[in-house]
Amino acid sequence: MLEIIDVSRSFGDFRALDQVNLKIESGEFFTLLGPSGCGKTTLLRCIAGFEQIDSGKILLDGRPLTDIAPEKRPIHTVFQSYALFPHMTVAENIAFPLRMAKLDKTEISRRVAEVLEDVRLPDKANHYPDALSGGQKQRIAIARALVNRPRLLLLDEPLSALDAKLREQMQIELINLQQEVGITFIYVTHDQGEALALSHRIAVMNQGNISQIDEPSVIYSYPKNRFVADFIGQCNLIEGRLEGWESGWRFAIPGLDSIPVQNNNEAFSSGQDCALSLRPEKIRLASRLDASPDECLFSGTVHDMLYLGDVTVYIVELGNGLQVEALLANSAPGRTRLFEKGDAVQIAWRHDAGHLVN
Amino acid sequence: MKSEKSLILSKFSASRGNKGVIAAAVLVYLFLYLPLAVVVIFSFNDSRLNAEWVGFTLDWYHKLFNNRDMLQAAGNSVLIACISALMASVLGTLAGMAIHRFRQKWLSALVLGPVAMPDILIGVSLLLMFMLLNVTLGTVSIILAHVSFCIGFVALAVQARMAGMDDSLIEAARDLGASPWQSFRLITLPLLLPGIIAGGLMAFTLSIDDFVITFFTAGVGSSTLPLEIYSMVKIAVTPEVNAVSTLLMLLTLVLILAISRISPQALRN
Ligand SMILES: Nc1ncnc2c1ncn2[C@@H]1O[C@H](COP(=O)(O)OP(=O)(O)OP(=O)(O)O)[C@@H](O)[C@H]1O
Ligand SMILES: [Mg+2]
Repeated sequence: MLEIIDVSRSFGDFRALDQVNLKIESGEFFTLLGPSGCGKTTLLRCIAGFEQIDSGKILLDGRPLTDIAPEKRPIHTVFQSYALFPHMTVAENIAFPLRMAKLDKTEISRRVAEVLEDVRLPDKANHYPDALSGGQKQRIAIARALVNRPRLLLLDEPLSALDAKLREQMQIELINLQQEVGITFIYVTHDQGEALALSHRIAVMNQGNISQIDEPSVIYSYPKNRFVADFIGQCNLIEGRLEGWESGWRFAIPGLDSIPVQNNNEAFSSGQDCALSLRPEKIRLASRLDASPDECLFSGTVHDMLYLGDVTVYIVELGNGLQVEALLANSAPGRTRLFEKGDAVQIAWRHDAGHLVN
Repeated sequence: MKSEKSLILSKFSASRGNKGVIAAAVLVYLFLYLPLAVVVIFSFNDSRLNAEWVGFTLDWYHKLFNNRDMLQAAGNSVLIACISALMASVLGTLAGMAIHRFRQKWLSALVLGPVAMPDILIGVSLLLMFMLLNVTLGTVSIILAHVSFCIGFVALAVQARMAGMDDSLIEAARDLGASPWQSFRLITLPLLLPGIIAGGLMAFTLSIDDFVITFFTAGVGSSTLPLEIYSMVKIAVTPEVNAVSTLLMLLTLVLILAISRISPQALRN
């Protein structure tokens, strides 16, 4: 188990990490997700030992790592650039950590052959890294980092150099591999789709802070604040004020009717300014809608649209000038769009579809 | 039709331009290599005078290999070149790594300073320093002098290799369990080796045919091949001088070819 307690790290005046707290369980696939420059790599380098921490503690199985040199930590890294040694063959690359651990020759060659089998590249043992494709290099880099069975595997945007198709394939392989070996993975990415697809839990980072740590579905459905809601997937953020009535919580949108909302765990109090986050796919859209009692209904006009193949995104402008994004599947054959710019439409969503954030 | 015609025209003018370039190149190469060719040719000339071709002979080479002073000077030169190249390789590698590590432009400018400085100035200042420090002039002082102007070349070749190397390789080595020394020995050094060898060979060629700086730092006791040739030429340019020059040229040529094969970028500076 890895514990990161109040870890801070500054470069000059710039706080790259600001009192970060994390607890990562053994065997977990944990992802650090955040925009460029938020401190993901810095945190990973602190864990690996390449970066000193200014304050706080990092504990691995209860043991502080602070004074342990990188080579003494049972933690291996898969670098974004792969960092395969160009003057060594694939087999020599993979044997490197075993050689450093002073294993005997027969054991080394047995384990190298085994792990090459695991990443399905047994015939590449005597190739040099230059002769491998991007995906193959990636697999070798992972094999090399895993062969000596570290307690923790750190992966810094390992798939960012691959094209979309290969990336998806590698994602599936990574999930399977992690399940097989049972080693804790800490995965860094700024791709929210990748994070949602791969992880057991995600920590969303913003400017050296952790905004939220949760399972993917919780992060997606119940973002804690505007930043998380906006960063993960497409999201409407509707500004307004929460009001408490005998009949229940209502959300007052300036220039529109107030609507019933959920106030989960009473997280917000009456009169508080906040935002309603609403996923586009939770909004119904038609030229005329019969709203059920547990839905709220608004009329507007189509302001813009974006054809994406499987779906079309409509931007609907409501009476007060508020623009709301809604999503319609193009499931009927040959259908690309239902509405044109300027069409009058109605939108509706269930009262529990939105989620309040601050 | 029109475009086809203009295409032909442009091709034509291009080939005319090419002819001009080729002619200029031939002239330049003649200018560069004609004097050298003359030396080579006359080294095989069966006459004491460098005036007209008389006939082919290997006499001058035979004579050369019986000239004890010359042989001793040549041996001395090779020894000095080997030791200076070796020392410059070690120090230059360290300097090159430092330049890369600290990413300061002025560091690389400083290490190359002695190369750009007039030889005569360096010779005089080294002579002054040796006198001040009471270093006896001789083989040792020559070696020290040669090392000082060779370091820059090795440093530059090494720095070029470092710049082309992914920094995360070293971190990867440490990450996978290598101590700082192991990661240097197993990763950094093998990757720098072509640069070091190229720089070292460059240092060897510079050392073996240096005249000016050696002249100031040699003292009376020791001599090198260029010094020996100079003392012979003071009397007359004999075919024997041509012969030794030809051999020196051959050695330099081989080394330069070796460098360009091992590390093309080392020659670029
Ligand atoms: N050695 C350093 N010196 C100065 N500033 C640094 C250093 N390393 C990182 N930083 C700064 O710290 C901030 C966080 O950097 P970091 O590399 O951790 O970001 P990241 O989240 O990994 O971003 P990306 O997704 O672009 O890789 C950045 O603003 C960066 O400029
Ligand atoms: Mg990064």
